[in-house]
Amino acid sequence: MMSGGAANFLEVGRMDELARLDSPVHRLDARAQAITTIVFILVVMSFPRYAVSALMPLFVYPVALIAAGNLPVGVLLRKLAVAAPFALFVGIFNPLLDHHVVTRVGSFPVTGGWLSFFSIMVRFLLTVSAALILVSCTGINRLCAGMERMGMPRVFAIQILFLYRYFFVVGDEGLRMKRSVEIRCAGSRKLGFRVYGHLIGQLLLRAMDRAQRIYRAMVARGFDGEIRLMEPTRAGWREAVFVGGWTALFLATRIWNVADGLGGWLTRSGL
Amino acid sequence: MSHHVVEVKDLAFAYPDGTEALRGVSFRITHGECVAVIGGNGAGKSTLLQHLNGYLMPERGDVRVGDFSLTRETAPMVRRSVGMVFQDPDDQLFMPTVFDDVAFGPLNIGLSAGEVEERAMAALERVGMAHLRGRPPYKLSAGEKRAVAIATVLSGLPDVLVMDEPSSNLDPRGRRRLIELLRTFEHTRIIATHDLELVVEICPRVILLDHGQVMADGATVEILGDEALMLRHGLEKPHSLRHRHPH
Amino acid sequence: MHMADALVSPAVGGTMWAVTAGLMAWCARKVKEARDDRLIPMMGVLGAFIFTAQMINFSIPVTGSSGHLGGGLILAVLLGPYAAFLVIASVLAVQSLFFADGGLLALGCNIFNLGFAPAFIAYPLLYTLVAGKDRTRARAWAAAMVAAIVGLQLGAFGVVLETKLSGISELPFRTFVLIMQPIHLAIGIVEGLVTAAVVAFVARARPEALALGVPRALTARSLRPVFIGLLVVAAILGGVASWFASTHPDGLEWAMAKVTGKEEVAGVEDGVHAKLAGVQAKTAFLPGYGFKKERDAGKPSGTDPESWPAVDAGTSVSGLVGGFLAFILAVIIGFALKTRMKVA
Repeated sequence: MMSGGAANFLEVGRMDELARLDSPVHRLDARAQAITTIVFILVVMSFPRYAVSALMPLFVYPVALIAAGNLPVGVLLRKLAVAAPFALFVGIFNPLLDHHVVTRVGSFPVTGGWLSFFSIMVRFLLTVSAALILVSCTGINRLCAGMERMGMPRVFAIQILFLYRYFFVVGDEGLRMKRSVEIRCAGSRKLGFRVYGHLIGQLLLRAMDRAQRIYRAMVARGFDGEIRLMEPTRAGWREAVFVGGWTALFLATRIWNVADGLGGWLTRSGL
Repeated sequence: MSHHVVEVKDLAFAYPDGTEALRGVSFRITHGECVAVIGGNGAGKSTLLQHLNGYLMPERGDVRVGDFSLTRETAPMVRRSVGMVFQDPDDQLFMPTVFDDVAFGPLNIGLSAGEVEERAMAALERVGMAHLRGRPPYKLSAGEKRAVAIATVLSGLPDVLVMDEPSSNLDPRGRRRLIELLRTFEHTRIIATHDLELVVEICPRVILLDHGQVMADGATVEILGDEALMLRHGLEKPHSLRHRHPH
Repeated sequence: MHMADALVSPAVGGTMWAVTAGLMAWCARKVKEARDDRLIPMMGVLGAFIFTAQMINFSIPVTGSSGHLGGGLILAVLLGPYAAFLVIASVLAVQSLFFADGGLLALGCNIFNLGFAPAFIAYPLLYTLVAGKDRTRARAWAAAMVAAIVGLQLGAFGVVLETKLSGISELPFRTFVLIMQPIHLAIGIVEGLVTAAVVAFVARARPEALALGVPRALTARSLRPVFIGLLVVAAILGGVASWFASTHPDGLEWAMAKVTGKEEVAGVEDGVHAKLAGVQAKTAFLPGYGFKKERDAGKPSGTDPESWPAVDAGTSVSGLVGGFLAFILAVIIGFALKTRMKVA
């Protein structure tokens, strides 16, 4: 889950940097990218439980975007690795419980359990990479503005933006406080409960003080309760093509088993 | 051209917990002056500043900015004439990008998108930060943050600039840039600061506060050069005045 | 432990998103209506605070593991339920987007699981902590503990239900529950302790800060949506849970008996009695229906390839669920009574 202090800032900062790259994907309106991502995830998750090879063609989406978007694969892979445990932990029960032999690879029996487990892991790779790519190609600002245009409550959009903005500030304070405590505790890196409580309490008070000061600054510049964002979002034919094209592809993959077809064609044409 | 005078008469204020922060402060600042407000911690500087842009209301006495005497009703008007730069730029840069922050003030007044763009870019250019318009605030250096913070109030076209410790946390170069920038402004400038060297450089006039009262109000060289006075009120004579010979 | 997309079906994900989106829209409206401009920067900074607090760990003695603040409860105390729910949602959204901690489809589930209980169930529980004049330290700590434990149990149970209903994981309901609930009991205890410690700290250093979250006049009326929420939760739990606890109809009956027994013992006032009777009818109806279904089907579901280990009635899933249900109902009763007495 969440631990690792300074590393987290780097992660978030890194994703934001990626969002500021320029590429055909980055230039697409955030709404188009968000919609396509959602459709993708829905299609992936709508596959039946034992689908593994049928899902394979869908990898074209994340791969294409990573390539077109000039995204660093290493960063994404690392994040996938970090996120994997939950899916792994729950998924691993499948092979343990489902012992029906469903098919054979050569002379090896493959149980339904293993098949569904691989299906889970493939889905994991597809859905999580799609989400990471979405953020890497839009960035939090454009994403929030786009979502607001699509109906997300403004209060919530503002909330995310503020949280994001002050994540670094409060986090930095927190890390400094933690380090100063650690130094005083002569090297033992683990905080005791009491110390933790005080640390967090102090951090909370500071955070609240800061919120007060921010409010003052907002009022000083005429804040009247309404935050106005000036982010222009324009959707044109490129966006329509993007959403329409990919959606058609996803649905086609869902309806027709491309992998099977491909494999069948290969084996039929004599290897 | 209207008066743009900042006039404070017998201002008194106590916080809810009883602390009497101001006990009858009076002064008059005319348009274009650059005045430093100095004093030890707890002297009342912050409280005074918070009255100047209408965040706090006087308990007793009067605060007048330009045409408006400060009341709850006139506070929004007062805030339009006074641009307040806070001590910690992070408190002041709360929007997703630099441009958003500088546009915040004009947008709140209700200007059109074109006018907002014009004002915002003019303000950014004034402080030399136009190239950073798309940058998120957490990616700025301390000096850049400070400059952008100033831009966020400049875009509101204030008559008076009030600044709280503007040179704090700046490296020498950043500080130098700030001093040069402030020197070029034509606004009325009221600067609360511990940086007495800055005061010597750009503020001809100084108001010395202690215990919520004005202890001295006059020429910088005279007041800051009075070592006994400075020491008496928790300050000291700045180094640059130690070796000055009166002409 | 946020749910990943890989384990959530579009149906479950979509449904929970609909529920969560509705809740968020409602909360957003409530926050706007409150017309408290200060809330906006406060919500943002507190969201950042929660994030930060989750990054710092403390060591739990004896076990050698570490814990940290979850934060849902603190937010509810400081901001009130509506703002707190939105802040929790925002933290989860950012975690999902930037740390791949929880999927996008599953985000609706995660927000509900981790937000609903602290904001809308724990909040009234902590009301006595924040506003009560008879606020004693012991009471404050007890309130925080109960609220945290209940909140996390509900959240964990939500995860189990959503996973099971999605039908992707083969993990049997009972096993999952028996893993999740005890773990989250421990987490709940930790959360309760940390929350209580922090609230105590703030109460000493900045008591006026605790006033933000308390509504001006907390009457039985304003608590009604909360009670309805609690009843809905109880009904859902009773209905759906029993639907799954199919192999031990006896255990289920035993649990239901336990529930009805508890209600009689509670000793109720007139107005409240009608409410409870309704609850009883609701929770009794579905299990009865489900139970009948099992009987008619003629067998427990023994045709599954999974072999369910033989389990003693005392630790059966239904027993767990039933006891849990009883606990919630007891809480509802407790509060209905308390509020009645306070308002009357």
